[in-house]
Amino acid sequence: MANPTKKEAPLTMDVFTAGIWKENPVFVMMLGLCPVLAVTNSVENSLAMGLASIFVLVCSNALVSALRNFIPKQVRITTYIIIIATFVTLVDYIIQAISLDLYNKLGAFIQLIVVNCLILGRAEAFASKNSFGKSVISALGMGLGFTLALVMLGGVRELLGAGQLLGYQVFSLNFEPWIVMILPPGGFIVLGSWLLLINYFEQRKTGQLIAEDSASHCTVSQPRS
Amino acid sequence: MADLGNDTNKVPPLPSSISLISTLGVVAMLSGFLVVLVYEYTKPIIAENQRLATERAIFKVLPKATSRLTFTVTEGKVKLANDKAKGELIYAGYDAQNNFVGLALNAAEQGYQDIIKLLYGYQPDTGCITGYDVLKSTETPGFGTKITSDEGFLANFNCLDAKVNQEQSGLINVIKTVRHGSKNNPWEIDAISGSTITSNAVGRMFNKSGQVLHPIISKNLPLIKSAKQQERGEHGQSN
Repeated sequence: MANPTKKEAPLTMDVFTAGIWKENPVFVMMLGLCPVLAVTNSVENSLAMGLASIFVLVCSNALVSALRNFIPKQVRITTYIIIIATFVTLVDYIIQAISLDLYNKLGAFIQLIVVNCLILGRAEAFASKNSFGKSVISALGMGLGFTLALVMLGGVRELLGAGQLLGYQVFSLNFEPWIVMILPPGGFIVLGSWLLLINYFEQRKTGQLIAEDSASHCTVSQPRS
Repeated sequence: MADLGNDTNKVPPLPSSISLISTLGVVAMLSGFLVVLVYEYTKPIIAENQRLATERAIFKVLPKATSRLTFTVTEGKVKLANDKAKGELIYAGYDAQNNFVGLALNAAEQGYQDIIKLLYGYQPDTGCITGYDVLKSTETPGFGTKITSDEGFLANFNCLDAKVNQEQSGLINVIKTVRHGSKNNPWEIDAISGSTITSNAVGRMFNKSGQVLHPIISKNLPLIKSAKQQERGEHGQSN
């Protein structure tokens, strides 16, 4: 046989957990940054956008994976966009039915989930090449990672920008809110700060591992000398 | 040199156009089915949410009202209608004794981010705009959103002058937003410092709505005032 069929890697816990932290879509892959910067001015908005994205990501990945053997390569991107746009339209109606206030707060960003590169990227890079179960589990992990990142940004911005968390007053009324935090520049500042912090600890961890590794090499090489 | 006859180097055959079109057709049909299904299911819920939001806003801007009637404005005339009627809708509030207590009118204007939609209370007898509720706004948090919380700004609407002129063709004075701290007349709105664009939008929308709707209301006021009692009378007769 000229092209032997590639055997798919088994479904492990890593498929689910990778998206949450190790390959976090925002802090590691830097995908879907438009909603990350735009709607994270409060935890409520961040959570709503995160949940909407999880719904679209899981449903579109599930359908793309289920239909992967029937979709010709030439029309795959068009098909993925139709599938993603369908689920975005559904989530748009569902949010309107749940809360009009929330719908008005999120504005156009619900519709813009269609062009979130995280969702199209996962459909193309993962769901179109993996089994249904694996695609759903991976999408769930990625969606949770995306939501976690949104909430981490939204939490800091709401706390510093309004002195509140989920609408509850945290700081005393004498606290002067840092208005810049709930404005667009606040999104960049907080995202940059989180990246700085996360990369600092990652590098420290890697540095420690290298040091430990070289130390163990030294110990082994001592008898040779 | 590569062996051109080798199977591994062959370009895979292009699928037929029929296959491509049918794939897209099936996916589009599936998509349409899902959208229609969810649309039909959520349509009454969304309509009810919108009705509740409007109801809440009406009774907020007309706190003395215990009941209301909806009217449509078409070609300078006011007609009793229901909430599903097309066109410009205005809402009249009545107290427990069916006395007219004021009107709730829609106004909209482009703000900083998007169109701001308000429902405002209007007293035709005194020509005062007496407050508003924001129906839709995506203004900048901490700046544009102050139109709902800034006490100084809200004080403009204890009685904002929107009286109709004698010819009943428009307002006596143009409602306008002025720089913070420079309000001298009751038809001027004192802007919020740092939220000038949103404050100006509020002024423009009240002027635009007032110039069009207030003269029509003034001409049809007896009909609006007596509508509730007439309606009760008709119900009484039919019973």
